[in-house]
Amino acid sequence: MSDNGNAQRAATIAVLVENEAGVLARVIGLFSGRGYNIDSLTVAPVDETGRISRITVVTSGTEMVIEQIKAQLDRLVPVHKVSDLTTEGPHLTRELALIKVVGKGDDRVEALRLADAFRARVVDATTESFVFEMTGNGEKIDAFCALMRPIGLAEVSRTGAVAIARGTRGLN
Amino acid sequence: MSAATMPANTEALTLSGAEVVLRALKDQGVEVIFGYPGGAVLPIYDALFQQNAIRHILVRHEQAAVHAAEGYARSTGKVGVVLVTSGPGATNAVTGLVDALMDSIPVVCLTGQVPTHLIGNDAFQEADTTGITRPATKHNYLVKKPGDLARVMHEAFYVAKSGRPGPVVIDLPKDILINKAPYSDAPTTPHRSYRPRTEPCPEQIRKAVALLKGAKRPIVYAGGGVINSGPEASALLREFVRMTGFPCTNTLMGLGAYPAGDPLFLGMLGMHGTYEANLAMHGCDVMLNIGARFDDRVTGRLNAFAPDSKKIHVDIDPSSINKNVPVDVPVVGDAGRVLAALIAAWKEDGAGQDKATLTAWWRRIDEWRAKDCLRYRQEGRIIKPQHAVKRLYEITQEMRRETFITTEVGQHQMWAAQYFGFAQPNRWMTSGGLGTMGYGLPAAMGVQIAHPDALVIDIAGEASILMNIQEMGTLAQYRLPVKVFILNNEYMGMVRQWQELLHGGRYSESYSAALPDFVKLAESFHAVGMRATDASDLDRVIREMIAIDKPVIADICVAKDENCFPMIPSGAAHNEMILGPEQEGGVAGVTDEGKVLV
Repeated sequence: MSDNGNAQRAATIAVLVENEAGVLARVIGLFSGRGYNIDSLTVAPVDETGRISRITVVTSGTEMVIEQIKAQLDRLVPVHKVSDLTTEGPHLTRELALIKVVGKGDDRVEALRLADAFRARVVDATTESFVFEMTGNGEKIDAFCALMRPIGLAEVSRTGAVAIARGTRGLN
Repeated sequence: MSAATMPANTEALTLSGAEVVLRALKDQGVEVIFGYPGGAVLPIYDALFQQNAIRHILVRHEQAAVHAAEGYARSTGKVGVVLVTSGPGATNAVTGLVDALMDSIPVVCLTGQVPTHLIGNDAFQEADTTGITRPATKHNYLVKKPGDLARVMHEAFYVAKSGRPGPVVIDLPKDILINKAPYSDAPTTPHRSYRPRTEPCPEQIRKAVALLKGAKRPIVYAGGGVINSGPEASALLREFVRMTGFPCTNTLMGLGAYPAGDPLFLGMLGMHGTYEANLAMHGCDVMLNIGARFDDRVTGRLNAFAPDSKKIHVDIDPSSINKNVPVDVPVVGDAGRVLAALIAAWKEDGAGQDKATLTAWWRRIDEWRAKDCLRYRQEGRIIKPQHAVKRLYEITQEMRRETFITTEVGQHQMWAAQYFGFAQPNRWMTSGGLGTMGYGLPAAMGVQIAHPDALVIDIAGEASILMNIQEMGTLAQYRLPVKVFILNNEYMGMVRQWQELLHGGRYSESYSAALPDFVKLAESFHAVGMRATDASDLDRVIREMIAIDKPVIADICVAKDENCFPMIPSGAAHNEMILGPEQEGGVAGVTDEGKVLV
C-alpha cells in the first residue's frame, strides 16, 4: 500500500455490463449504498447485438476506496469487465454539451465569436437564442460556460465523460 | 392440429411456468423448500400439491422461512430454498436475505409477483421486490418472459453457491407461473459474465509460504470461508496447522473449522474472544487470514490491529481484500484449494522452520492462556449463564449424539461461542454479520429438517426467542424435536451490558418486561416446557430436555446481572481487552470516538 493512504484521486472507470434490466440500478445502488462518489456516469449499448453496454463512471477517493470500487463492481453478476483508465495508461476523455445562450445585440455577436474560438457549433438559433454543441474534456466545457454566463447562459445539458484508452489497447 | 402445422417447440411447451419452476428445483437436487403461500404463488402451491419430489415446510412467518433455509444450508452445504408470496411475503423475507448476504449463505428465494401487466400499477400485494432486495441479495431476477424462466432458475443456483455464496431472489409474476413455458436443463457452458476465481495464483502461494516459513510469531486466523468451502477445507486447515505447529484461532463464523479441543487452538478471537487469541493476534509477526474478512468485531481499533505483522489474506471475494485492513500478500481463491496449495508449497519449499522461536512464541501464548480468561465461579443457587452453556456442552458430549447448535443474538450467543466446543464444521449456526435476533429458532428448524435424528439446540435469550416464537407451531406440525435452551436473565443482556459499561447504568428500555410463562407457552404449542431456577436443577433439566423426543423449551433462569467477558470495548485494541468485572474500570477509558462504534 502507498504511504499517502489518505490522498484522494480521481478515477475514470469503464465497465462493460450485460445490457439487462436493472443493471444500471445495481451500479448506482452500489455507489450510494457504500458511500462512494459519482462525479459523472454515462451508459449506452456498444456492441452490434446491443447485449453489452459500456458504463463510464468518474469517481474519486483514496487508493484503497478506488480499489474497493473496482472490486465491488467486478463482483456484480452482470459485469464483464472493469477497467480503471486513469491508471492503465494514456486515455482520451470526452464530453458532449448542449449550451443555450439567450440574448440580443452585441451579446449575440460575442457569443458567436467565443463559440468559434472554442469550436462550438451552432445547432439551433432564433432571433434571441443559440444552442451550441461542443465536445471536449470537462474543463473546456466549464470554461466555455463560464464565459457565456455574463452573456446570457440560459441552460446547459451535459453527457458526462466517456473515455477510451489510446492506442491498440482495448477493454474487451 | 396436424403434426405438420405444430410449431417446432410445442413439445417443450407442455409445462406451466409453475411446473418449470418445480422441475428446475428437482433437477438442482432440491428436496425441501421452506415457504408460506399467498395469492401470487398459488400456481406453484398447486403444482407442489400434485407432486412428491419436493417437500414443502410451512413456516409461520416469511423471515423464518429464510432463516430455516439458512440453517438447512449451513448444516448441509447445500443451497437452501424459500418460497414466499408477493408484497408482504417478499418484504418479510428481507431480513433473512440480508442475514444470508452478510454471512455468505447460499439461498434461493422465490417470490411471487403480480402479473406482468400490473407491475407498476400499485396492484394488491405489489411491492418492487427486485428494487427492495437489490442490496439485500447477491443477485436478483425478475422473470418477464416465459422463455427466460428455466435459464434464470438454473442460473440462480449457480450464482447462489459459486464464488462467495449468498442469497438470490427470483421474482415470479403470476402470469409467468400460469402460462406455458419451455424447460431447459442447466447449461453446461460457463456463465457469460460471472466466473469467480477459485484457484489461487501460484506466485501468491509462493510469497505466502516464504512469509510463513520465516515467521517468528505466526498465527492462523480462519473464518466462515473455510466452512463454506466444504468439510475438506476444514480437514486441510487441520493438516496445515498441525504441519506447521502454528497457533490457530477462529472467528465466530469459523467455529468448528478447527477442532475446539485441540492444543493448537486458541479459541475464538474478537470482541468476546479469548485473551490468548487476541493477544496472539496483537503480537504476531505473520498473520494468515483464511476465509475471514477483518470484521470490526474482530479487529477492534484498526490503527492498533496487529501493528507489527505482515498479513496474508486468503479470500474468494476480491472485494474483501484491502477493504478494512491493507494486506501484504493477497490470495484470491477458494479456502480449500488455497490450503491444499499452501500445504503442497510448504512441503516443496526447502527452507526449514525456526522451531526455537516458534517454541518461544508458544511459551508466551501459554502465559496468556494461563490467565484462564473464560473462568467463572458457579457459587450458590443462582445459575450462571456460562455454567448453563458449559454443562449443556458437557452433557451433550457424554451423550455422544450428533449435536447442532444455533443461537439467537446477544450475550447468550457469545457465551455459546465461548463455552460450547465444536469439533467439526457445519455444527454451529449463528447470525454473525447482521446479528439478527430471532435467527436461532427457525435456523434450528431448518437444521432439524436436514438432520432428523440429530440433537438440535437453539441456545437463546428470552428477548430474542420472542422475535420468531411463532415457529413453535412449525415444530409441532412437523414433529421437529428442536430444543430451545433459553438463558433467561430478564434483560436484553447485551444492551444492558453496554448500558452498564458505557452509558452510566441507565438501563433504558432493556428490561424484558411482561415476559410470557415459557413453560405454559411451550405447552400451548404442543411442546414440552421445563424450567430450572436453582443450580441444582440444571443438569436434570438438561438431561430431561435432551431425552424427550419432542420440541422442548427449557427456561433456564440465570443470574440477571452477569456480563459477557472477556471484552474488547468498542474503539479499543486487542491488547486493551477487559478480562472481567474486577477490571471494569478499564471501560472508563473508552473515548467518544469509541462510543460512536456499534
